[in-house]
Amino acid sequence: MHWSHKDLLDVSQLSVEEIRHVFETARHFLEINRRPVKKVPTLKGKSVVLFFAEPSTRTKTSFDMAAKRLSADSFSLSKSGSSLLKGESLKDTALTLQAMRPDAIVVRHSFSGAAEFLAKNLYCTVINAGDGWHAHPTQALLDGFTLSQVWESFENREILILGDIAHSRVARSDIILLTKLGARVRLCAPRTLLPFDVKNWPVTLFTDLERACEGVDAIICLRLQLERQEAGLLPDLREYAQRYGLARKHLALAKDDVKIMHPGPMNRGVEISSELADGDRSLILDQVEAGVAVRMAVLYLYLARPGTQLHH
Amino acid sequence: MQADLVVKNVVLNDKKGDLIVHQGKIKEFVPGGTERVQAEEEFDGQGFLLWPSLIDVHVHLREPGFEYKEDINSGLKAAIAGGFGQVMAMANTNPVNDSASVTEFMLEQARNFHPHGPFLHPIGALTKGLTGKELSPMAELAEAGCKAFSNDGLPVENNELFRRAVEYSSDLGLKVIDHCEDSYLSHEGLMNEGEVSAYLGLKGIPSVAETMQVARDILMAAYLDLPIHLAHISCRQSVELIAWAKQKSIPITAETCPHYLVWDETLVQGYNTLAKVNPPLRTKDDVLALQQAVREKVIDVLATDHAPHAQFEKDVPFAEAPNGISGLDTALSLCFGLVLDGVLSNDDLIRLFVQAPAEIFDLKANAFQEGDVADFFLFAPEAEWEVGPETMLSKGKNTPALGQKLRGQVMAHFLRGRLVFNRI
Repeated sequence: MHWSHKDLLDVSQLSVEEIRHVFETARHFLEINRRPVKKVPTLKGKSVVLFFAEPSTRTKTSFDMAAKRLSADSFSLSKSGSSLLKGESLKDTALTLQAMRPDAIVVRHSFSGAAEFLAKNLYCTVINAGDGWHAHPTQALLDGFTLSQVWESFENREILILGDIAHSRVARSDIILLTKLGARVRLCAPRTLLPFDVKNWPVTLFTDLERACEGVDAIICLRLQLERQEAGLLPDLREYAQRYGLARKHLALAKDDVKIMHPGPMNRGVEISSELADGDRSLILDQVEAGVAVRMAVLYLYLARPGTQLHH
Repeated sequence: MQADLVVKNVVLNDKKGDLIVHQGKIKEFVPGGTERVQAEEEFDGQGFLLWPSLIDVHVHLREPGFEYKEDINSGLKAAIAGGFGQVMAMANTNPVNDSASVTEFMLEQARNFHPHGPFLHPIGALTKGLTGKELSPMAELAEAGCKAFSNDGLPVENNELFRRAVEYSSDLGLKVIDHCEDSYLSHEGLMNEGEVSAYLGLKGIPSVAETMQVARDILMAAYLDLPIHLAHISCRQSVELIAWAKQKSIPITAETCPHYLVWDETLVQGYNTLAKVNPPLRTKDDVLALQQAVREKVIDVLATDHAPHAQFEKDVPFAEAPNGISGLDTALSLCFGLVLDGVLSNDDLIRLFVQAPAEIFDLKANAFQEGDVADFFLFAPEAEWEVGPETMLSKGKNTPALGQKLRGQVMAHFLRGRLVFNRI
């Protein structure tokens, strides 16, 4: 497949065929990652900057590992280690990085639209590793890929996304990707954690977790940021855990082979019980493994396309 | 007949003729033209439309303190080119306009750079430093030349203090202009709360943040039986409350801005910082409600809320960009587009941009009657121009109209009978 995109900003840019092509490519890399020698020379000579202006462990490590396994050179830059802390604008920081001629910048930023802003200003490939509440395309791709490993098709699958939807870039990207693939998506959260106006979103809304779990094939739990309580969106974490924390009793309402997912890091006992996180329905560690393969696929597709070495 | 100036071949109310001006005042408009006048100066109006100079009751000229965004000289240049003969400048400068010395400085700058106009009318801070804690020295500000008081940009939450400000300013014969925003409800909001903000993952500013405060002001005006002017109204519910207040004869007046009449929240898609403004661009339904409200006189005044920013300030991620649209250069052409679309008439524009602002803020206006101030401009309705850095005289090029072609342009502008701008 000819890959024509310069940047990966959100999964809304990708067609169903392109998403399937990412999955197919990731499948090969998953196999490579399980070999004793986990390195291929595919991106030898390419440079990838990991520009994480917001704290991240798993996404950054996952991209770093993905780049290295493809033999690309990866360089890390955090906000604290950059001139952003000295008052430099995001654009100037990015232009400075670009002047060092990387082939791609992987960016994580707390502002929605930050990746799109950089993409408009830079010649090199920009890969969005999470921008504000807006999008987290590689997380959505790895979530979809993980499920594609256990399901033959997404048609007629009911997937519940549970938790802080309003502030979740994972939820926004998952909704787009999963519905594109043919699944039906439910959202469940207290009204204070649902976006204000989603009447045109292709989802069904629930505020009652038990009703939301009825007959679902998969449940994606989202991390609850503990400061939501201080912002007045929740009375307290105990009440949240009682009403919206996923527990064993909910599994009886779902399909027998329901899958449990979580993008991490988890607050055990708040949004998910420890028992479920570690249980046999959990795909949480599969997601982490898939993450490296999917990010290898993304780097490969974006950086190995013809002409990528001709940035000016 | 003696005259200082005759502007020949201009069109007023569909009639071509000559405008006679003497000693800075309108003498007569003679349909068909006149040969009998001995004028010191003649100007050929080439068949352009004759319009009274517009009044903008809500601009930010940024001086003192933020001259890199705009200064009084450049702001007034943009005003005159945009058809405005008088502008009222908000107090959120640095230092804040909460003392006579700042007011006097602003007036002096205007006189130095534009001795013959456009005319600047400073608006004094409602509270010291715009902090919302103590009343500013309103009498001192009025004496220095302020024409109204406002905490624009930083709404006063304390209802008791707001009440006292309205009462105290009424003793001085001046009005309070309120920025209607409940800042708890709008806290950290970046655009209108709704479908687009949900999709983009941007924290929204709910319309109820505005309407809550509009309701407060209406109740306060009713209780005190004192006038309050509501700034930059942006949504349908506010319009409905204002219509109700007017039915009850509550002394409320209100303004909206050209950008709320022509654009909606969808302009923010792609994280377009040029469309970031406070109050935010709302929904298509709000746009329609506002268009109806200005037609039906529920909204009294059009004002630009001219808010210039430097290009580098808007060239940042959406969350970091300052609010504001630069409006003086484009307001008339944007509104004339609504005339061409049949939404408004020329008479509506003159009422909204001239008659009502003059009446509400006690300013001089021109209705082309004998003795009126000779403030007028020649307007070319067929002229098409592209909005760009070169065609805008404001230092602020921050408008979603950038790159658009607009119809209608000011060709020459006279104030007190003197030519102060000429594009012919």
